[in-house]
Amino acid sequence: MSPGRPDKSNTGVMEWLNDRYPIKAWQDFAKKKKVPLVHGTIWYYFGGVTLFLFIIQVLTGILLLFYYRTGSDQAYESVKFLMTKVHFGWLIRSIHSWSANLMVLSAFIHMFSVFFTRAYRKPRELTWITGMILLLLALAFGFSGYLLPWNQLAFFATKVGTDIVGVVPGIGDFMLTLLRGGHEVTGATLSRFFGFHIALFPGIFTLILVVHLALIQIQGMSHPMGMEGKEAEMKTMPFFPNFVMRDLLLWLIVLNVLAILAVYFPWELGQKADPFASAPAGIRPEWYFMFMFQSLKFLPAHILGFEGEILGIMTFGIAGLLWMFVPFFDRSSLRGVKSRKITYIGILIVMFIIAMTILGYILS
Amino acid sequence: MKLPIFIVFAGIAFSGIVYAQNDAPQNSCVSCHEMMGAPYDSLVHAQQADIHGKNGITCTDCHGGNSTSMDYEVAMSPAAGFRGKPKPKDIPELCGKCHANPDYMKQYDPGLRVDQLTEYHTSQHGQLLKKGDTKVAQCVSCHGAHGIYPANVPLSSVYPVNVPETCGKCHADEKYMADYNIPTDQYAQYKTSVHGRDLLEKKDLGAPACNDCHGNHGATPPGLTSIARVCGTCHVNNQKLFQKSVHKKIFDMMDMPECITCHGNHGIQVPSDSMIGTTEKSICMECHGQGDAGYIVAQTMSNAIDSLKQIYHHSEDLIQQASEKDMDVSDLKFELRDVRQNLIQTRTMIHSFDTTQVLDIQQKGMKVGTDLVASAKDLISEYYFRRKGLVVFTLVITILAVLLYIKIRQLD
Repeated sequence: MSPGRPDKSNTGVMEWLNDRYPIKAWQDFAKKKKVPLVHGTIWYYFGGVTLFLFIIQVLTGILLLFYYRTGSDQAYESVKFLMTKVHFGWLIRSIHSWSANLMVLSAFIHMFSVFFTRAYRKPRELTWITGMILLLLALAFGFSGYLLPWNQLAFFATKVGTDIVGVVPGIGDFMLTLLRGGHEVTGATLSRFFGFHIALFPGIFTLILVVHLALIQIQGMSHPMGMEGKEAEMKTMPFFPNFVMRDLLLWLIVLNVLAILAVYFPWELGQKADPFASAPAGIRPEWYFMFMFQSLKFLPAHILGFEGEILGIMTFGIAGLLWMFVPFFDRSSLRGVKSRKITYIGILIVMFIIAMTILGYILS
Repeated sequence: MKLPIFIVFAGIAFSGIVYAQNDAPQNSCVSCHEMMGAPYDSLVHAQQADIHGKNGITCTDCHGGNSTSMDYEVAMSPAAGFRGKPKPKDIPELCGKCHANPDYMKQYDPGLRVDQLTEYHTSQHGQLLKKGDTKVAQCVSCHGAHGIYPANVPLSSVYPVNVPETCGKCHADEKYMADYNIPTDQYAQYKTSVHGRDLLEKKDLGAPACNDCHGNHGATPPGLTSIARVCGTCHVNNQKLFQKSVHKKIFDMMDMPECITCHGNHGIQVPSDSMIGTTEKSICMECHGQGDAGYIVAQTMSNAIDSLKQIYHHSEDLIQQASEKDMDVSDLKFELRDVRQNLIQTRTMIHSFDTTQVLDIQQKGMKVGTDLVASAKDLISEYYFRRKGLVVFTLVITILAVLLYIKIRQLD
């Protein structure tokens, strides 16, 4: 700050706040915080985009709650009313649905960018694990929210999805009953999913998000591999305001993309769920579950004496756990070396997910 | 006796000796007729497969004789009650022996009718048969003799889809019908009619065949006064409205048949809106003319239908346009069905020939139609509003983004 000019930060509201809270310390922290300016800086923005989309989810979700009524006899009608009679109701619902999908996509990109840059390595293991939990919760948000309009596609997709949970050995039957509130997908399932979607998941998600963000603030942004101890040679930019401004710019672009998607591809409601109707053709889950769904379809009925579907679910479960704890397996990253094996595994997984998703859409 | 027939009978006699030495056959009629080959064997095969054969009715039940004897002279002897091929004049009574006997028929199906013979005697066919005319239809003419199936089996000659052809066998044959001085173009007309196309082409069993209007066992031409009742069996509302209308009395006075005066009979087509009104095509103008009360009524009713049709098609077009723009039109489509329903009701109400009643129904449809047009236009406007709104929003975001970018450049 140039001498002679009054310190605006110490006037008015800021002075009042400074007298009571350590605002100055936070300001100094933000000014000192640096973001590495390297070849892959673009990937740093996806965490922020995911956070922005989550904020949109919360805001539009609250607006939807003004009109949404749960229960198999009211849910569909209330969403229809919202979309046809309420001013901008169609926009709020479309933005909510589109931002949910973009949030999952952004979270996946964020996760893989962290994986390939090995940003999960010591000391950020817990940041990675909390991030993984947030991604799983985002998927759970998607699965539970999909049923809430109580339309035909959502009803049967939920039936198929919960059927898959039901075949997990040991706890499958319990989980199935817990999720459905009985043996079938009914109004009881809808009530439960509504509770999960607007109370349980947001509560857990917010707690873990706070921990995730706090860890990032405490430990700072991860530096590229091999730059440890060479911070002085590394180009950086201040987190505030330079990086935050860039974040804002990207958020504006994402907001515009959301508006375009909502206007040109409004989220359809379809037909009301009819439990007695036969399943409509081409039942498939949301795109982010497609790779698992398609993989399970490819598996033969029996593999080495085990039921194919159970073995597939167990494999996905174990693979997910290994993925979550990869910071503890990847010893070479601790030595500042990128393991080729880990990179190849990552590439294979990305290719597998993309290939199975495309196949899922082509074959259905 | 001609040589081939002699050989056949000699063969039968010989086989009878062979059979007699073994176990006696259960039905000598079947055995012999099968051995005689075509066309005799097909009779027994058809009988064995039909409703009678399946229920244990044998040849002797109709033809008499003794089917347990392989000696044809014994089996087919008058002493054994053999009557050969029944004569047409005897057939109704022969069939009625069982079919008019409630106690006998109950054992097969308690729900079966047993009044066919009584009805037949009242029919035109029955009356003429009684007078000795053996050309007229009796049971066998329609149902066949061997190979009889219940009327609900598609193989049956009296299955609804087969009835017009069965009746047409005689009634469409000019030579056969020459003595009766009645038209023979009914079948040809019927095939082109709305009823005929539905029944014969679409296989819609709800469409009437000959017997649905003329009766079957009691078949007779509908009398002048009973025509509305015949049509009213299905077209209930039209019949009720017509009975109360001013036309009922006038038609009766002028000996004009009710429904068919305007709609025709065997060749009836789907009614068109041009049938009413004041144009040259209008049937109303065959009796009415400019200046009379009927002319004004016809004009009012025709205008009412035209304006309702117009608003129906207009709202349908607008809803389609809104739908193509991805707007939610499910509620509008539902309400559009109400307008269509009103249009159908207005067309039905024409049969009252009362403009007040016609306009009452029509106005309800017009109101729904007018509201629909407004709603569909609102949806189309909403579509353009969304796009314009997006343009404005994008513009604002772009300006903000550019300003932010300039600020970032300054900071860097």
